[in-house]
Amino acid sequence: MSASALNDIREEVLRISGANPKKCMSCGKCSASCPASFEMDILPHHFVKNIRDGNIENLLKSKTLWKCLSCFACVERCPRAVEPANLVEAVRLAVIRKKGENYLKVDDIPEFIELDNEIPQQLIVSAFRKYSK
Amino acid sequence: MQRIGAFVCWCGSNIAGTVDIDAVTKSAADEPGVVYSAEYQYMCSEGGQLAIRRAVEEHGLTGIAVCACSPRMHETTFRKTAAAAGLNPYMVEIANIREHCSWIHKNRESATEKATILMRAAIAKLNLNKPLFPGESGVVKRALVIGGGIAGIQTALDIADAGYEVDIVEKSPTIGGRMAQLDKTFPTLDCSACILTPKMVDAAQHDNISLYTYSEVDEVSGYVGSFSVKIRQKARSVNRELCNGCGDCITKCPVKKANSEFDEGLSKRSAIYVPFAQAVPNIPVVDRENCTRFKTGKCGLCEKICGTKAIDFEQQDEIIEREYGVIIVATGFKPLSPERYGEYLYGQSPDVLTSLEFERMMNAAGPTGGVLKRLSNNEKPKSIVFIQCVGSRADAKKGKTYCSKICCMYTAKHAMLVKEKYPDIDVHVFYIDVRTPGKNFDEFYRRAAEQYDVNYIKGMVGKLADEDGRLRVIASDLLDGKQITIDADLVVLATAVEASPDVRALGTMLTASMDQNNFFTEAHPKLRPVESPTAGIFLSGVCQGPKDIPETVAQAGAAAVKALGILSKNKLIGNPCIAESNELLCNGCSCCENVCPYGAIEYTEKEINDHGNRNNRRVAQVNEAICQGCGACTVACPSGSMDLKGFTNRQIMAEVDAICRT
Repeated sequence: MSASALNDIREEVLRISGANPKKCMSCGKCSASCPASFEMDILPHHFVKNIRDGNIENLLKSKTLWKCLSCFACVERCPRAVEPANLVEAVRLAVIRKKGENYLKVDDIPEFIELDNEIPQQLIVSAFRKYSK
Repeated sequence: MQRIGAFVCWCGSNIAGTVDIDAVTKSAADEPGVVYSAEYQYMCSEGGQLAIRRAVEEHGLTGIAVCACSPRMHETTFRKTAAAAGLNPYMVEIANIREHCSWIHKNRESATEKATILMRAAIAKLNLNKPLFPGESGVVKRALVIGGGIAGIQTALDIADAGYEVDIVEKSPTIGGRMAQLDKTFPTLDCSACILTPKMVDAAQHDNISLYTYSEVDEVSGYVGSFSVKIRQKARSVNRELCNGCGDCITKCPVKKANSEFDEGLSKRSAIYVPFAQAVPNIPVVDRENCTRFKTGKCGLCEKICGTKAIDFEQQDEIIEREYGVIIVATGFKPLSPERYGEYLYGQSPDVLTSLEFERMMNAAGPTGGVLKRLSNNEKPKSIVFIQCVGSRADAKKGKTYCSKICCMYTAKHAMLVKEKYPDIDVHVFYIDVRTPGKNFDEFYRRAAEQYDVNYIKGMVGKLADEDGRLRVIASDLLDGKQITIDADLVVLATAVEASPDVRALGTMLTASMDQNNFFTEAHPKLRPVESPTAGIFLSGVCQGPKDIPETVAQAGAAAVKALGILSKNKLIGNPCIAESNELLCNGCSCCENVCPYGAIEYTEKEINDHGNRNNRRVAQVNEAICQGCGACTVACPSGSMDLKGFTNRQIMAEVDAICRT
């Protein structure tokens, strides 16, 4: 991806998240608070730093996008009100809004039901909202 | 008609490098009222000043316009020159053609044009200048210190030693403040009480110091040199003259369950109590909220046991009215309550302490006799976690926006004290940045990390989880980029420093400005750090912003010296550039009174002779001793009756006209 295309994504991410990564003082409270951090390749505080520094490309491929639970513990506890989850959300949107990049597809549903027959319908609907455009 | 002399300064190449001095000097000669104009290399030098004095004499000048540097730099110099030449010092105007012109412009032509315009404006104003004469007011030779912590004690001692009387008003029953609660002090680890209590005794025994403990300031009026203050001495229920401090009442008191404020609630005290053994004065106080006698009317055991009949349940609050020349604020701080940060389990687990609570626990005279233990099961902890920056350095919505400054150092101290006493305990410190600017401070912190094996981990703690009595600390090690968990027996939170509660009300009473964090604002952040912008009010210690003990003591001494600068004068010379109300124009609307930040404007009913028409009107009057000449009233006044001497509306309009003239 070209540098200008990446920069456009960065601008878009800042705009739709409304978050300001420059407010971060690198205390790591977001990563320390994150219940999904153990499954992430880029920890929330690194995620924030990457956006601040303009390193967007690796974020687009990052596992973190799909592992973030959107529980907002990081937003709640960040002492500087940086809102890391909002930034993750914005990058996730930047990915799934591209053609053919839906992370969750209709064909995946049978697999879920196979995994757990009792799976609540609401969960599947929410997952579609989060992972597909 | 004025006879004005215009003097243009080169300031070496500072001005002459960008401004055509000759051109400015020549066009000055054409300005109305100017009878003489000259230039000189350094106007402020002795030669330059002499040139001015000679010109005044030879040309009979009535006013001097100096085109030079900022008036902040040399206005006083040239006013003195004018006075030496026999002129009124307020017949001087400065055109700032250095900071406002030559320093910020590169183009010689436009800089010269601007300098000429600035010169013109100064001369236009000077044409309307009138001689001004500063008023004088007396000085009450007595100081009031509000707050009896180390800051207040030090300020009071310094003023008292210089020979002036000082009253200390302290809210709690004893002086000593926060420092009395501390165990050891950084970076030398000397015992806090050992260095503080002699000072407390010195203050109590000093001939020039009077202590008003268990007292608060109720009302302040007046102005620098002559403040009038009402002090409320709360009812102790103990006669101060009769009590000999034997303590029998305290032993006998059946109530033993009141929380000890001194021990941060970690121990219990009786309803009649002294906060701690070395309290000054050593006179008990009855906590009426917890006393059975006050709650039910029964009991009164203390009264029966007291050998000197000092217990007085009927005692009332006493109001003391006093005059003071100066007031020093030394209200200190309180530690922020970490309860709002639910992730730290403070208030939920007894093994999560604030650092001040921990300080009490480490103190030999503290609730555990200096023995470190878990309050949940009285066992010795095996592992302790310290968490820094709790509530500090946060977004305004989430805590305090500032760094509390002392936490890095006291946490290093705590860690070291633990390791010194119990080398087998594991000590971990979670930090964001370790900030140690101060003499021997970084060495102190390094000692904790290197010699005492304190485990410093960069990263914040996400949360604590109570796991069968142990506290699981879930955090991120930012240097490793790894999630970590540590099982701790005790967690200590380095809570932010917060301005004392109720201090805003005091600030309003004193008309002393405060910042958004309720710290008192200094008159100038660098050059007047211990003075409030309100004349006669001085700042000592943490009431101005977070600081440690050495800084507090230094500032306390500085505040004392500044206060002495006023106390040592018999008369105060005021600033004559103050507001003046034209009673004929005043419509009595109170706008000026409402905007005056100093409370200098009062309204009175007065008979006004309006061109032979006599009637009673409500008119504004300016108290010349209080007015600081800020000019807010002149802007607010809708009838144009308020004017600022030396900066009258006419003068300012004349400047604007001169600038706009082409």
